[in-house]
Amino acid sequence: MDLCLSAHMQKGFIILQKNHFAKIAEQERVNLLISIKNVRKVYSSRQGEVKAVDRVDLEIKEGEIFGVIGYSGAGKSTLIRMLNGLEIPTEGSITVAGREVSRIKGAELRKARQEISMIFQHFNLLWSRTVADNIAFPLEIAGVPKKERDSRVKELISLVGLDGREGAYPSQLSGGQKQRVGIARALANNPKVLLCDEATSALDPQTTDSILDLLVDINERLRLTIVLITHEMHVIRKICHRVAVMEGGAIVERGPVLHVFKNPEKPVTKRFVQQVTEPEETKETIGHLLANYPRGQVIQLTFVGEGAEQPLITNLIRKFPLTVNILQGKISQTQNGSYGTLFIHLDGEEPDVTNALTFIKEQEVGVEVISHG
Amino acid sequence: MAELIPNVVWEEMWEATLETLYMSAISVVATFILGTVLGLLLFLTAKGNIWENKPINFIISAFVNIFRSIPFIILIVLLIPFTMLIMDTMIGENAALPALIIGAAPFYARMVEIGLREIDKGVIEAAKSMGAKTPTIIWKVLLPESMPALVSGITVTAIALVSYTAMAGVIGAGGLGNLAYLEGFQRSQGDVTLVATIIILIIVFTIQFIGDYITTKLDKR
Ligand SMILES: Nc1ncnc2c1ncn2[C@@H]1O[C@H](COP(=O)(O)OP(=O)(O)OP(=O)(O)O)[C@@H](O)[C@H]1O
Ligand SMILES: [Mg+2]
Repeated sequence: MDLCLSAHMQKGFIILQKNHFAKIAEQERVNLLISIKNVRKVYSSRQGEVKAVDRVDLEIKEGEIFGVIGYSGAGKSTLIRMLNGLEIPTEGSITVAGREVSRIKGAELRKARQEISMIFQHFNLLWSRTVADNIAFPLEIAGVPKKERDSRVKELISLVGLDGREGAYPSQLSGGQKQRVGIARALANNPKVLLCDEATSALDPQTTDSILDLLVDINERLRLTIVLITHEMHVIRKICHRVAVMEGGAIVERGPVLHVFKNPEKPVTKRFVQQVTEPEETKETIGHLLANYPRGQVIQLTFVGEGAEQPLITNLIRKFPLTVNILQGKISQTQNGSYGTLFIHLDGEEPDVTNALTFIKEQEVGVEVISHG
Repeated sequence: MAELIPNVVWEEMWEATLETLYMSAISVVATFILGTVLGLLLFLTAKGNIWENKPINFIISAFVNIFRSIPFIILIVLLIPFTMLIMDTMIGENAALPALIIGAAPFYARMVEIGLREIDKGVIEAAKSMGAKTPTIIWKVLLPESMPALVSGITVTAIALVSYTAMAGVIGAGGLGNLAYLEGFQRSQGDVTLVATIIILIIVFTIQFIGDYITTKLDKR
């Protein structure tokens, strides 16, 4: 059983690995789509000034899915809302698709907004309109003639998988379906960027995954740049290529998702990474398991990207006369590789166990001995 | 039948009913338009909104509050010079219209404002994020999204207007109120008052029924 599990995991690693390199190679050829330069946003209220966004510099490339993660009040919404001019920066400049959105106004800003669309945590659909009419709304705003509107709406409805529901009202839809309408509406005018403000925070985990899959699908099919903000590392892990971690209005850490997973530096980042790699119950479970294995050693392996390429467990068993039990494992797949932890129990003669540990360490796999049996 | 209500002249009763319906209908339509405009202005010029403007909001708000607070019967008297100026008479159905509209529009404007405030701010923001102009937001977001509230508000206002027409009737504007007062009360013909009352009740119930029906039909929430 343990062999079967490890083989499965390793296969997954290798497949992701290939994706990873293809993506990186692709990204090196593309242009900048969004550039945020030294941006600050200060709200002044009676209680004093609130620095919602503090000196942020950020560049987002065309075709990438960029995630911004942070706890409540970190300034994520303020930052993303400056990308379509819903908020104006106090200082600094923001350019999206060649337009300086932090400066333009009136008709020019409205025009720009048709290329920078947005989806929302609470969907923000018009309840008085049917699904089809909600999706048609941005087309009406853009002045698209009725006939074209109808055919475009049809296309979008099948793109987001809502065939047959076009006549329904939002109140008759589930949360996931509402967000699909939100996405279809956002795509109506063929935008260059899709901004997602906590787009899955009101959804259950399963629906969240289906919406995230849809976003990846759209990103790949339409080469649409996506900027999303969230407080769930799961979302970042699942679909983002790069991530920026925000705290107190500033970006404290950033980089390719896998890289950040591998070497989280700041305490906030470490906490976020733990959300997806170490489930709360891990330590407890392991504690229980330790009691079952009085002999041998329980070790924690950490795989990151390249380290996962070799069939480690198989080699271990082939090379050493040991019993290997897989106790618990969790692999997080990111858009540019995978990251995982695996708890195993090694049992055998003392020199063999030590040699095995040395062997594992040579494999670019993180090793931590949890206890001596 | 004729023995129970000996003093009722059906022709007079019918004419008075038509007068009441006429006054109510015209004033409801005018109140709907004027009240909606005022309500929209109140909403849009409020803090944090598209046309945020403190002085204008203050002025409209003051106007609405003052006219909403004056008892209708006093408003009619206060408006006599204004009515004489634009209608050239104080007698008949048309003479009642300015007071009816000026009395009811501010009342309705507040209901419109409340209805608009109930619209999710996020929906307005979504429209903005799509590049909508303010007129588009008004016509395609604010009004449709608050329509059930606007309709149930105008139902309540219309019912109030029917009773205002009766009050206006007492001071000479015609209609069922006028008939009930002059023919019924002053000549001690209780049956005339009774029949006029029943007709007014029928009008009110009909308005309520239609209003409720349209409100539920429109409300897709
Ligand atoms: N319109 C405003 N006026 C005053 N302060 C504001 C305003 N909008 C945001 N803030 C403040 O700016 C800071 C950042 O807010 P923001 O909404 O960007 O956070 P967030 O990271 O999106 O949080 P959440 O996850 O809760 O949505 C907060 O301290 C907030 O109180
Ligand atoms: Mg937010």
